[in-house]
Amino acid sequence: MDFTLKIWRQENAKAKGRFETYNITGISADCSFLEMLDILNQQLIDKIEKPICFDHDCREGICGACSLYINGHPHGPDTGVTTCQLHMRKFKDGDTIIIEPWRAKPFPVIKDLVVDRSAFDQIIEAGGFVSVNTGGVPDANAIPVPRVDAETAMDAAACIGCGACVATCKNASAMLFVAAKVSQFALLPQGKIEAKERAINMVAKMDELGFGNCTNTGACEAECPKNISISHIARLNREYLTANIS
Amino acid sequence: MTQLNARIPEGPLAEKWNNYKASQKLVNPANKRKLDIIVVGTGLAGASAAASLGELGFNVKAFCYQDSPRRAHSIAAQGGINAAKNYPNDGDSVYRLYYDTIKGGDYRAREANVYRLAEVSGSIIDQCVAQGVPFAREYGGLLDNRSFGGAQVSRTFYARGQTGQQLLLGAYSAMMRQVKLGRVKLYPRTEMLDVVLIDGKARGIITRNLVTGKIERHFGHAVVIATGGYGRAFFLSTNAMGSNSSAVWQIYKKGAYFANPAFVQIHPTCIPVHGDYQSKLTLMSESLRNDGRIWVPKKKEDVEALRSGRIKPGDIAEDDRDYYLERRYPAFGNLVPRDVASRAAKERCDAGYGVGSGLAVYLDFKEAIGRLGKHVIEERYGNLFQMYEKIVDDNPYETPMMIYPAIHYCMGGIWVDYELMTNIPGLFSIGECNFSDHGANRLGASALMQGLADGYFVLPYTIQNYLAGEILTPRIPVTQPEFEESENSVRERLNKLMQIGGKQSADQLHRKFGLHLWETVGMARNRKELEKAVKDFSALREEFWADLRVTGMVDEFNPELEKASRVADFIEIGELMARDALQREESCGGHFREEYQTEEGEAKRDDNDFMFVGAWEYAGQGKEPILHKESLIYENIKVQSRNYKI
Amino acid sequence: MSNFLTSSIGKKLIMSLAGLFLVTFLLVHLGINLSLIIADSREPFNKAAHFMGTNVIVKALEFVLFGGFLLHMIYGVVLQLQNWFARPTRYKKENYSQTSFFSKFMIHTAVIITVFLVIHLFDFYLKAKFFGDVPLVVYDGKDYHDLGILVIEKFKLGWVVVFYIACFLLLAFHLLHGFQSAFQSLGINHKTYTPLIKAIGVIYTIAVTAGFIFIPVYVYFWM
Repeated sequence: MDFTLKIWRQENAKAKGRFETYNITGISADCSFLEMLDILNQQLIDKIEKPICFDHDCREGICGACSLYINGHPHGPDTGVTTCQLHMRKFKDGDTIIIEPWRAKPFPVIKDLVVDRSAFDQIIEAGGFVSVNTGGVPDANAIPVPRVDAETAMDAAACIGCGACVATCKNASAMLFVAAKVSQFALLPQGKIEAKERAINMVAKMDELGFGNCTNTGACEAECPKNISISHIARLNREYLTANIS
Repeated sequence: MTQLNARIPEGPLAEKWNNYKASQKLVNPANKRKLDIIVVGTGLAGASAAASLGELGFNVKAFCYQDSPRRAHSIAAQGGINAAKNYPNDGDSVYRLYYDTIKGGDYRAREANVYRLAEVSGSIIDQCVAQGVPFAREYGGLLDNRSFGGAQVSRTFYARGQTGQQLLLGAYSAMMRQVKLGRVKLYPRTEMLDVVLIDGKARGIITRNLVTGKIERHFGHAVVIATGGYGRAFFLSTNAMGSNSSAVWQIYKKGAYFANPAFVQIHPTCIPVHGDYQSKLTLMSESLRNDGRIWVPKKKEDVEALRSGRIKPGDIAEDDRDYYLERRYPAFGNLVPRDVASRAAKERCDAGYGVGSGLAVYLDFKEAIGRLGKHVIEERYGNLFQMYEKIVDDNPYETPMMIYPAIHYCMGGIWVDYELMTNIPGLFSIGECNFSDHGANRLGASALMQGLADGYFVLPYTIQNYLAGEILTPRIPVTQPEFEESENSVRERLNKLMQIGGKQSADQLHRKFGLHLWETVGMARNRKELEKAVKDFSALREEFWADLRVTGMVDEFNPELEKASRVADFIEIGELMARDALQREESCGGHFREEYQTEEGEAKRDDNDFMFVGAWEYAGQGKEPILHKESLIYENIKVQSRNYKI
Repeated sequence: MSNFLTSSIGKKLIMSLAGLFLVTFLLVHLGINLSLIIADSREPFNKAAHFMGTNVIVKALEFVLFGGFLLHMIYGVVLQLQNWFARPTRYKKENYSQTSFFSKFMIHTAVIITVFLVIHLFDFYLKAKFFGDVPLVVYDGKDYHDLGILVIEKFKLGWVVVFYIACFLLLAFHLLHGFQSAFQSLGINHKTYTPLIKAIGVIYTIAVTAGFIFIPVYVYFWM
């Protein structure tokens, strides 16, 4: 398969970026998207040019490192997968593919397609934990948890922190990310104790970092590689409202 | 050659850890504040250690190469975590977990460490639940357990197919809480490039900021290395692209012993290689073997027809299928341990019965779907099947999956004593990057257990025994000549890498080396190949330093430079692996020497001559490393040969 | 609480409450309007308009209504500005995700509806209230503003009808997302009730829009 790639190149955080066009030929349909970029990078290195920088690590869809805004979709056109799980068979021979970095004020570009997502760590730092020290905790079976709650908590906890929700949201809102964490803990007895402070602190941090406001467009849910539902955003809204009222 | 002393506490096995804790030295709270600890790596071991040490009141600096600590490769573990809770009332106990681990490790693990691991395993589950880890639960609200990797008891706790992720996020959250409280300082996108020793003690590290390329110095009263395994040396593995062993290799070069480097685990159920552009293999959870049956065709003509696409696997009659694991190991069948299953697959493929590209076997769910119904299989493995389909574009409900073994985990690693301290005072190694608990083969669902045991419940105790002697040591300024020297050597090396000006990229050289490593120090090894490999790797090393091409600059975000630096280390590790494999003239666990097998092709262990840990000491560039031995003594378990036939 | 009202979720709460309040107001307004064409005379309509303009409680509610409009508009603008600032560099290829189409154009529909609203206020409300150049009509010996005739005159003009219909179609777009979105912002999301809420939202939108559009069409063609 042959492709025309239009890729965002940016030397560093301060530099002005631009799109560069690359042609790549003879790509196998079984090749993953990142492997295709690996091949392109090797060709660039052969020409003593700087390869394209992009974040990636586990290459099996769980670490959340890979990003890339591909033809108007974070993680590309396939559903329920990350970029590293996207395969070239999802494109047509001869396609033009536009590859952009995540765009959001709190996710500044570091280089080319690499962005700084440490804002997510700061949000977790603000309250995405249960305050227990190591040791001195009760037996794991001391507090039964209804299976359905545990399962719903797990649905939320599946978040890989990739930032696709922010990238796709027309408002660059981080609500789905924050909701996934708040919701996970709100559903479990272990997390309920601090539910109030958690919701308030995490939302305050999210706002402070300059993420946009949720307008319930549902784009995050549609593009989330882990299919996290916006029902968790509703739960976050509830948690936040009750935390402020009570 | 010297005998190593692991400083195992006195007393009966079951009381050693309690005795140790009762008599160890502790650091009082006022002094903890004055002590700095460096933790490199934020996987299960690193993050849990950083969190726990922070909670105790130490000043912790945590480093990781990823953009966030939450992305460490522990996150990719699927199956579960073992713990001797005996919730299902099926006869599990601390002793049995210890027993299974020692036996599964083919009697090459240290008894006292393994027993301690089994002892603290239950607390890990308690801790994780308290952190809000959403483990799978029964309808009654209590935790669910499953049997894993052929264990006779159900002791595996799991969170769907994402147990590693959930446990890591738990540890990460706990660490982020300490970041908020100011007790842990985080350094993401930072790579350790050297350890600094002052008067023989570990006192700090030299790092490179991966965004700016800035070289920085950091002081610590103790340094903890938790950077995982060296499986990525093979180029193709299930490890993350960035997984590396550079920290481990730097401390080895500074004098820390490297134990059993030849012990690597090859996981039997990975998606086969599909193209030479590939750089990463994907693991399919071992749990698939609970219901899937592994087979290849019996007849060569069927193999030919399958490879050419003339027939489909479903066209092959039941009688013409060779369920080779069930044939060879009637008692355990498809649930034999990983090393056995992997070798059996290789044996069939080498004999010419491999399907697909020739390096694949079938994992067939047809029988299970017939017996249990599609919905049950979907419930159990739905997400795995989906993942397979996304990658391979084949529906495993209809066509059998194709699988092949791949490098997955390293049992070998930095030698540590009972306190998880290396032979360098103040330098600790935890998690996969130490060697201690899995012997020659690791059981499924035990890696998570070990990482968290080390980080939550072992290191926070044992490190105090060392630090109690350091309370009078003030923070050493990083302007000391030792830091200066170390930083200079790091700079020199990076500049050298940049200036080679050759033709091949780090990836090209890595691929060439890794595939050679796989062929010679992979699933089956022999003297002739290993001896040649040692020479070849040394030649490859020279080729690397003569023909490498690194684009970009040293003081910028430069993944090519990162890769180059890591590959340089991998090649040297490969050589050490080959030496260790050569030295160990027996077959045990993941280490299979073709010269040492029974007539039926089973591994032949030599307990008389090789019941020891082989720990290598660096002797300098171009010099043969020195082998030290730690004898393994089993007082509480009868050493027997592993038999999965009856 | 002070942080609450400036927080992203707090602002959304105000948006949704104000929005839902306006949704109920639309129903009342529609009811009065319909009285113009249902009855044979303009009397019920003019009386209702009089009641709305003179009753003390309604007058008090009027402030609430304006408050609701203002809050909804001000917060809408603030939220939108923040959302724009949250993505200083836009994508070359914009978001293609297959989600609620209308949700992407809330601010655009809102701006046009606001323009309509201003014109509407000048045409009727302000006229009746301050300018006084509304013809009078006598029912039961009492003077009433004949707002009905004003409406009918307006709707005899083709371009007004077209503009009016266009604005209400845009309002429909606004409501199609806004109605159900308000509930989500209030934290109401349930696997059984949310589809119900969405269905009610669609029915409400169609009914209200159809009702408002029917009036000028009726006036133009049949009165």
